[in-house]
Amino acid sequence: MAIKDRMSGNEAVSYAIRQINPDVMPAFPITPSTEIPQMVSTYIANGEMDTEFIPVESEHSSMSAAIGAQAAGARSLTATSSAGLALMWEELLLAASNRMPLAMALVNRTLSGPININCDHSDGMGARDTGWIQIYAENNQEAYDNFIQAYPIAEHENVHLPIMICQDGFITSHAVENIKLLEDHVVKEFVGEYRPEEYLLNPGKPIAVGPYSVTNYAMEAKKNQEIALENSKAVILEVAKRFERISGRSYGLFEEYKTEDADYIMLLIGSAAGTAKQAVHNMRKEGKKVGVIKLRVFRPFPAKELAEALRNCKAVAIMDRCESYNGNGGPLGSEVTAGLFRHKVSIEAVNYIYGLAGRDFTVEDVYDIFEELSDAVENGKEVEQYQYVGLRK
Amino acid sequence: MRTDVHKINEQTPHQELTEGLMMFAGGTSKYFKTGEWRTNTPVFHADLCKQCLLCAPVCPDSSIPVQESKRGDFDYDHCKGCGICAAVCPFGAIEMKEGRE
Amino acid sequence: MSSGFEIRWHGRGGQGAKTAALLLADVAFQTGRYVQGFPEYGPERMGAPITAYNRISDKKIRVHSNIYTPDLVVVVDETLLHSVDVTAGLKEEGAIIINTPKSREEILPLLNGYKGGVYTVDARKISVEALGKNFPNSPMLAAAVAVGRIMERDAFIAEMRASYQHKFAKKPEVIEGNMKALEMTFDVLEEALKEDMKRSA
Repeated sequence: MAIKDRMSGNEAVSYAIRQINPDVMPAFPITPSTEIPQMVSTYIANGEMDTEFIPVESEHSSMSAAIGAQAAGARSLTATSSAGLALMWEELLLAASNRMPLAMALVNRTLSGPININCDHSDGMGARDTGWIQIYAENNQEAYDNFIQAYPIAEHENVHLPIMICQDGFITSHAVENIKLLEDHVVKEFVGEYRPEEYLLNPGKPIAVGPYSVTNYAMEAKKNQEIALENSKAVILEVAKRFERISGRSYGLFEEYKTEDADYIMLLIGSAAGTAKQAVHNMRKEGKKVGVIKLRVFRPFPAKELAEALRNCKAVAIMDRCESYNGNGGPLGSEVTAGLFRHKVSIEAVNYIYGLAGRDFTVEDVYDIFEELSDAVENGKEVEQYQYVGLRK
Repeated sequence: MRTDVHKINEQTPHQELTEGLMMFAGGTSKYFKTGEWRTNTPVFHADLCKQCLLCAPVCPDSSIPVQESKRGDFDYDHCKGCGICAAVCPFGAIEMKEGRE
Repeated sequence: MSSGFEIRWHGRGGQGAKTAALLLADVAFQTGRYVQGFPEYGPERMGAPITAYNRISDKKIRVHSNIYTPDLVVVVDETLLHSVDVTAGLKEEGAIIINTPKSREEILPLLNGYKGGVYTVDARKISVEALGKNFPNSPMLAAAVAVGRIMERDAFIAEMRASYQHKFAKKPEVIEGNMKALEMTFDVLEEALKEDMKRSA
């Protein structure tokens, strides 16, 4: 029986963590994810879960401790945002290369500077090449659902990789919305117990984790890591199917909204997808053939699947909530256009940068972008291929 | 399934390496004959040795075997010739000689 | 309310406008509708102007942007009237509630000719009288519920009693004061709403 409730995105993730009751959580507070360790430690203090909470002196330490705990044989996790994630940099790569299936609740906030506390995806996107699985959420419900699916994906024998469950800072983390929760025992049964085959605190079966690797080994190890990330794609879908059976909510690598006959598609990540869907819903009433693709899984990147989903449209607006300072586009724009090229899909693809550092993104913005796309295709209007939304000019 | 790490070497294809290059064994360093890297060699003069055992714990490569509270001759398979033992010996019982032998 | 009801709160950091918006989401949730309650953070400082929002709808809410054309605006601190354009985008058929000891007539000139419903409530006076302290939150919440017709008075009062009993489990002595503040605000607003009906008739 689903439990109908209302809560913020941070509350939802903390609720999921309580239900999963992992073994160890080292964490250091940073806005806007601070509430997560705060709420989890309250659950622990109230005796509602028995996770070992380790208050540490920095995010560098929280990730180090999470890796250590996971290597020792404990199911571990942490939560962070923005500069906190940046301070974990070195350890993020080690968590992945040491094949530690630990979880992180990332509440997306811009990376300074200019110093700012609000949402964009520059923190998560900055960590896109660290070898972690990255799953993004549109709202509190998805943040909750994704977190429950995190460990079954990460701990799968074909994967063994760390996983980042991301949601938009403030926009969903601090917004109270309706949610359907699962019962504790259903979540516990779904996630199961963590039974690693090899771990450090395993008497009589010694192992060494993270040994120095000379050149003749390191490249092969990286290839194996890449294979595991590729493997995770099938596992993510398999876990989603299993999750649908307990929740009735279905998930994929991305969600397609009214794309079947769409001439124009907006492709985006996170909370803005809801705004785009509402705009498309309104535009459809006027007979406009528009649709939305909401990318859920950014790592592994479903390049081929996205290319196929876009093959029959006339133009796509690729929306980046992140600047990558390469003079050519944002990270999503670069990866999607590369995917389109490789899979020989030739459509108009305009890369828009929006919502940096908390800049609002509205239904009207979506109308304007679709208007521009159709103007380009139908009237041959020259459109800037890489541009900012809502920039004061 | 534990991979037998002794079968892994620098020619092993990626499919046969362990996950995350984990070593599924303990004490594997003894299989690597690091003594080969030695450019200076300590020589043990048993007649001068008082068995004070100051040398054994400072050896970074555990190359001074101790049995029944007495040290024996060097483990040249693993001694890298750093000379720390010679520096701590109060009795001149360890002499450093140039070369590997 | 099927197409959605949107509220914008104006307050100053530390006054509880955000908390009021979240409480309103809680209350509206109890009516079985879809809700959103969220803050917009500027500088994180006590006293800095802050905005918070609510959406209430019979349908699932997907939009995750701020609110630009609200049905209702609630101003928790009247000094904001001089620095913030509180009626910006406010629908003509909507309403604005202002926490002030001044009368509706005294406030009107400060509202840029806004033509919709204008209600004033002296939340400080009510709060001090009912609670002995100035917590404008409860009166402003009640005012939003009354003017926005978010739920019936009796249901709202019952819901808030349950909520306060949970929230103030360790300070039960403040519950009655808060309940009194809610009732007093409803009395004031119901009177104002009646007068409004007469004006428009």
